[in-house]
Amino acid sequence: MIKARVTVTLKNGVLDPQGKAIEHALGGLGFGGVGQVRQGKVFDIELDSTDKAQAEIDLKAMCDKLLANTVIENYSVSFV
Amino acid sequence: MKTAVVLLPGLNRDRDMIAALTKISGTAPATVWQTDTEIPDVDLIAIPGGFSFGDYLRCGAIAARSPVMRAVAEKAAKGVMVVGVCNGFQILVEAGLLPGALMRNASLKFVCREVKLQVANANTAFTRGYQPNQIIRCPVAHHDGNYFADADTLARIEGEGRVVFRYAEGTNPNGSINDIAGIINDKGNVLGLMPHPENLIEAAHGGNDGRALFEGALGVAA
Repeated sequence: MIKARVTVTLKNGVLDPQGKAIEHALGGLGFGGVGQVRQGKVFDIELDSTDKAQAEIDLKAMCDKLLANTVIENYSVSFV
Repeated sequence: MKTAVVLLPGLNRDRDMIAALTKISGTAPATVWQTDTEIPDVDLIAIPGGFSFGDYLRCGAIAARSPVMRAVAEKAAKGVMVVGVCNGFQILVEAGLLPGALMRNASLKFVCREVKLQVANANTAFTRGYQPNQIIRCPVAHHDGNYFADADTLARIEGEGRVVFRYAEGTNPNGSINDIAGIINDKGNVLGLMPHPENLIEAAHGGNDGRALFEGALGVAA
């Protein structure tokens, strides 16, 4: 079995009000020197396969079709 | 005129839409469920508001991949008119039937209030009952109505007059780019908007500013 991790993040230039709120909250907790915070999503996906090359192709298709909205989000695929 | 309303788990404005379409068209709409792969022959398909699939993943993302939305896309390609309100707009965007994306409100707060809308394009089948640049009242109720499109897409839809409604008089409730409240596809038969015109169609609603949108789409006289 292959275990993969898909990370979805907002593209540069896309406003992230949630990240901004977290940034302010971290400052409020007394953490100094916190720069920009951007919120994203992580998906841990198990695949019933041993073919990593094919898995990467499949995972990218999953990102394009569902896991990411490529209008506003980037994604990356890694294996764990 | 025949209409259909798309039903999905988690929508909660479906009955409002059904009531509005029944009153304006004179006939109760057909209802189509998420697993339906065929939609009857109708003049207008409406996708109501709510929180389909609990807004899981992204608002409208799961609904946009449901079988009924493939059927909606086929009808839209054939020229059938489609209107998506609120979550329906989010679903149309996620399904790729309209450009751009709808993001969390800039305030991070759910907004439920009345706004003013400018009819930015009165030359569409949906807005022909309004005057150009007419200001109308309309309720909004959403958490993710912050319209975003990349610079090229934005320039294209603005240049093509595809921004149909804008928040007016400083009432933008969500931080939408260019105050965009509603857009139409390039063929002019698919409209998405965050505000709820179906909730302002008769005196009992305190006004009927939303009624002309459905009358225009259905070709029924005011």
